Amino acid sequence: MSTQDINVKQQPAVAATGGDTDTLLATEQLTKKFGGLTAVDSVDFSITEGEIRCLIGPNGAGKSTLLELITGQLSPTEGNIYFDGTDLTGLDTHARIDTGLSVKFQSPHVYENLSVTENLRVPLQRTDRDTQRVLAETLDRIALSGEADTQASELSHGEKQRLEIGMAITLDPKLMLLDEPVAGMSIDETDDVAKLIRSLHDDGMTFLVVEHDMEFVRRISERVTVLDQGSILRQGPIEDIESDDEVRRIYLGEDA
Amino acid sequence: MIEATLFAIVVYDIAALFFQFLNSFGFIILATVGLAIIFGMMGVINLAHGEFILIGVYGTALAYHAGIPLPAAMAVGVVVTTVFGVVIERTIVRHFYDRLLDSMVATWGLALVISQLLLIVFGSSLDSIGTPLGSVSYGPFSSSIYRSVLLPAIAILVLAGLYVLFTRTEFGIKARATIEDPETARAMGIDTDRMYVATFAIGSALAGLTGALYAPALGSITPNRGGTFLVEAFVAVVVGGPSVIIGTLSASGVLSLFNAGGSFFFGTFTGQMLLLLVAIVALRVLPDGITGYVDDWRQRRREG
Repeated sequence: MSTQDINVKQQPAVAATGGDTDTLLATEQLTKKFGGLTAVDSVDFSITEGEIRCLIGPNGAGKSTLLELITGQLSPTEGNIYFDGTDLTGLDTHARIDTGLSVKFQSPHVYENLSVTENLRVPLQRTDRDTQRVLAETLDRIALSGEADTQASELSHGEKQRLEIGMAITLDPKLMLLDEPVAGMSIDETDDVAKLIRSLHDDGMTFLVVEHDMEFVRRISERVTVLDQGSILRQGPIEDIESDDEVRRIYLGEDA
Repeated sequence: MIEATLFAIVVYDIAALFFQFLNSFGFIILATVGLAIIFGMMGVINLAHGEFILIGVYGTALAYHAGIPLPAAMAVGVVVTTVFGVVIERTIVRHFYDRLLDSMVATWGLALVISQLLLIVFGSSLDSIGTPLGSVSYGPFSSSIYRSVLLPAIAILVLAGLYVLFTRTEFGIKARATIEDPETARAMGIDTDRMYVATFAIGSALAGLTGALYAPALGSITPNRGGTFLVEAFVAVVVGGPSVIIGTLSASGVLSLFNAGGSFFFGTFTGQMLLLLVAIVALRVLPDGITGYVDDWRQRRREG
């Protein structure tokens, strides 16, 4: 296994069974095979409460598969996933959401036929929080207060992405999974999303972000995990990752 | 004097035509809603819809003949059909979501099984139930109050209730979210599986309600009456298009206008023929139904 933590402190992956309060999410020997192809290969991976972790790697490295295993859209061939003391393996997606997980897919998945407010109400249905206050706060946070009654199909690409992040926020999650949140966005739109993530992080939200845009990764992230061919190649602070020869050759070298 | 008589005849004719229209309007709406909800919400055409209604009819008739008062017997019919619908959803229909043609073949088979089972278990017919509320006579005509006034009123109430349910309630927003994009709905914490069962149960309950309401208005109750309901429901769904409430309402309005007009002037057979003719023309001109056309038009206006 090529896994090697640059950080001095090795993270025990199994600590996640509930005893360790710092570890929010952990995978244990997580494996996903599609026929003969092993998309995710015995991955031991963990996220500490309160961090913003970015997941990078070349196309086909298994980033999206890993995310889909965590959300429950795919079920693993082998291994387990623990979140906040709960074994998620075998739970349906909606049940995982109930444990405090939230996900924003790569392409905007907003309800085109519903208004901005109605979209935000979809996830709100399951919380017992004060609806009007949460709606107002969320609209303000994603800077869409002026578009509250606009039908989602009339929003710009960037606005749709922000709306979907807003939908994920209204679930009041402990951990937010974002799959390429700034793909296809303008510089200004990217800037808005970075600020949004940082402000949510200041309020205590933990993030796992799959991202290609290294400039964006640098702006939001403290620690980076590099996936390659279904395994963890490196993980550690962003500076160390960017200066690592192996990572540069395999991944960053592509666009450098 | 002659003018006054002529005037009276015209008024009678218009009244009779109007009641005929209401009769047909109520029938098409009630026959259609259950099918429209299951089709519009889940992409399944339930060709056993007529037999679902028939189960409502049989449940009501058997309970009534066992000595239960008619309104309570109707409730029995609704409950029996709903339970039956949930069982069918869990065992058969759940495998056919968004597989339109497959769902049609499977439910067509189901329809045959149900009507044969009804024939075997209950024989070739049940005793009919007298239509309540009597009728009004005017000039040479008379119209059943139950069929031409009460049932159309109930039909409108059912549509209004569904409108509120699907646009104003928590369940409605969840159901619409599930239908539009199940993956996102799950990511928003919605148990989509439960939404499908609930939606199918509502469709079945509405079929049961239709059966219960028409049990005393059918005359003889035989295992082959399901087709009567299915044909009009199917035509109305095709003409109405994907939007459940507006589609059902507009299609029922248009179809019953032709059906009532044809029946009144040329007899019931012509009325039925006109119904099918309108459906064929509508399919040619508006392949996505009335609401599909309206959506299209709105889309184009927005874009351009």
